[in-house]
Amino acid sequence: MAEVPTGYTVLHERPKAFYDTFERKGDLQGQTHYCPGCGHGLAHKMIARAIDELGIQDRVVAVSPVGCAVFTYYYFDTGNVQAAHGRAPAVATAVKRSRPEAIVFSYQGDGDLAAIGTAEILHAANRGENITVFFVNNAVYGMTGGQMAPTTMLGQKTTTSPLGRDAFNEGYPLHVCELLAALEAPVYLERVALGNAKQVMAASRAIKKALTNQVKGLGFSLVEILSPCPTIWKMNPAKAQERVREEMVKVFPPGVYRDRTAEAQTRPAPPPPPRLEELPRLLDLEAHDFTPAADFQPGALDLRIKVAGFGGQGVLMLGEVLAEAGLLLNLDVSWLPSYGPEMRSGTSNCHVRISNRTIASPLVARPTMLLAMNEPSLRKFVADVDKGGWVLYNARSLPADVKAPEGVHVMCVPFTELADTLGEPRAGNIVMLGALLEASGILSREAIDRALEIHVRSARWLELDRRALELGRDAARKELAYACV
Amino acid sequence: MTQANVQPDRGYVTINAEECKGCGLCVEACVPRVLALAAHLNHQGYHPAEYAGSGCNGCGLCFHCCPEPGAITVYKLARVAAA
Ligand SMILES: Cc1ncc(C[n+]2csc(CCOP(=O)(O)OP(=O)(O)O)c2C)c(N)n1
Ligand code: SF4
Ligand code: SF4
Ligand code: SF4
Repeated sequence: MAEVPTGYTVLHERPKAFYDTFERKGDLQGQTHYCPGCGHGLAHKMIARAIDELGIQDRVVAVSPVGCAVFTYYYFDTGNVQAAHGRAPAVATAVKRSRPEAIVFSYQGDGDLAAIGTAEILHAANRGENITVFFVNNAVYGMTGGQMAPTTMLGQKTTTSPLGRDAFNEGYPLHVCELLAALEAPVYLERVALGNAKQVMAASRAIKKALTNQVKGLGFSLVEILSPCPTIWKMNPAKAQERVREEMVKVFPPGVYRDRTAEAQTRPAPPPPPRLEELPRLLDLEAHDFTPAADFQPGALDLRIKVAGFGGQGVLMLGEVLAEAGLLLNLDVSWLPSYGPEMRSGTSNCHVRISNRTIASPLVARPTMLLAMNEPSLRKFVADVDKGGWVLYNARSLPADVKAPEGVHVMCVPFTELADTLGEPRAGNIVMLGALLEASGILSREAIDRALEIHVRSARWLELDRRALELGRDAARKELAYACV
Repeated sequence: MTQANVQPDRGYVTINAEECKGCGLCVEACVPRVLALAAHLNHQGYHPAEYAGSGCNGCGLCFHCCPEPGAITVYKLARVAAA
């Protein structure tokens, strides 16, 4: 290197936001891994300079993509997180929300941001996350060897559009800034290019502005950088630069697509997360003041219950009360609702397991108790009931053509009709619960009462359900006495 | 020679030949055309950029257009008190 003549002082030098040496490889610790003339190197340098100028190096967290820029963390002497392909905006969201004082930017290619990561960028922008996104659009997948990207231009040849991109076959190039400008939340969206010195200077200003916005807490900022990829484009760096300048800018016009920085208000910092100790109270999971009776000895208990009916019959709630009672008795429980699209009509069912041993699967394939609130449910599941188990059916008798399997007890009681006598047919599920408890004789009355209190918040319903429970117990006692005669 | 030419250049530029990848973007950016790619190769096999030694105006464009972090340093002439 030539000696600098006296009288000259440094005007521009290696930005401080870069590590002094890049330890990616044994040698070449002063260079990036990018190809000669690659826009990534330029974008890195502009970002590093902006970090220097804003004096924010110790606050910055960079989120790197999958793509040629995957090694961003070797260069920026800042916090670094490497995200899975396309997920950088989601990762940046998490970092920013948990460290509101950090200045978080994601750095992404067009394959990363505009293909696999389309959902993440759209929603981060739509939420107006207070992050900065640098989007390097080089119209191809660089790292993987030049496949077509969503931003590949019409007619552009890539390994996967060897005849040139055709709108009818591969669709039109995706315009990310224009797309995001349709959203309400973004504060700043600008597209810049790296086609000549003038464009580079404009890009540099946009990058600094996008970071400044975050320092001011204004909200979501994105800079799209039209960037040369000499290697995949099979052009020398000057030609590649010319292509950005002459060709790319025609397809992707540079400009400001959104600038609400003047009127944007500083976003309030997110409220601090609740302390861990507070979570049980907030989630209403506080230990309930209940101690099982000292003589409660369930023995080898393995209740496998299937509750089935039509939506609105309280099938899921019946299951929850059962499981809650099991929990209060310090048993292992599981509750698995199965409703899908049948939440409001058709059949719905839930699987409840209550055991004094560890439950391996919440699925109940061979119930010891089937609670069938209607005929379709009975028909669907009756054959599955295990030997020695119970079928409780919501009618006076089984349909003539339905038979329970050998060795299975059957109790037919019109539970809904009984609930009708209380003036509330919807309490039919609890009438049935009362009968089940009487038939199984396992879960203590106290535990069920407490479980009901936990699940039924309205005083009117609690009162009603208590009466429904008694009605069910009485009915079951009668049935059992009858069966013994 | 005219009087203007005896004035010292407003800028000066150094190139770290071992960090340069010979892409030539600095050469493209330099308006007075005082940068060129050298005939020789650096140890990686690139023709590094070279400064002609005079004529730099300190505009800094070569620095801004260079993709490598530390390949180019630009200097400016410190204002000397008028004699
Ligand atoms: C989940 C997943 N899918 C696919 C890949 C393969 N892959 C690696 S980089 C890349 C595309 C990179 O293109 P771009 O984002 O444009 O970045 P560039 O390399 O051009 O800078 C793909 C598809 C991967 N690594 N992970
Ligand atoms: S392949 Fe393209 S994007 Fe990747 S480093 Fe090389 S020039 Fe840059
Ligand atoms: S500072 Fe300007 S004039 Fe000097 S070498 Fe660089 S581009 Fe040329
Ligand atoms: S722009 Fe940088 S890397 Fe490219 S030739 Fe000039 S000094 Fe070398």
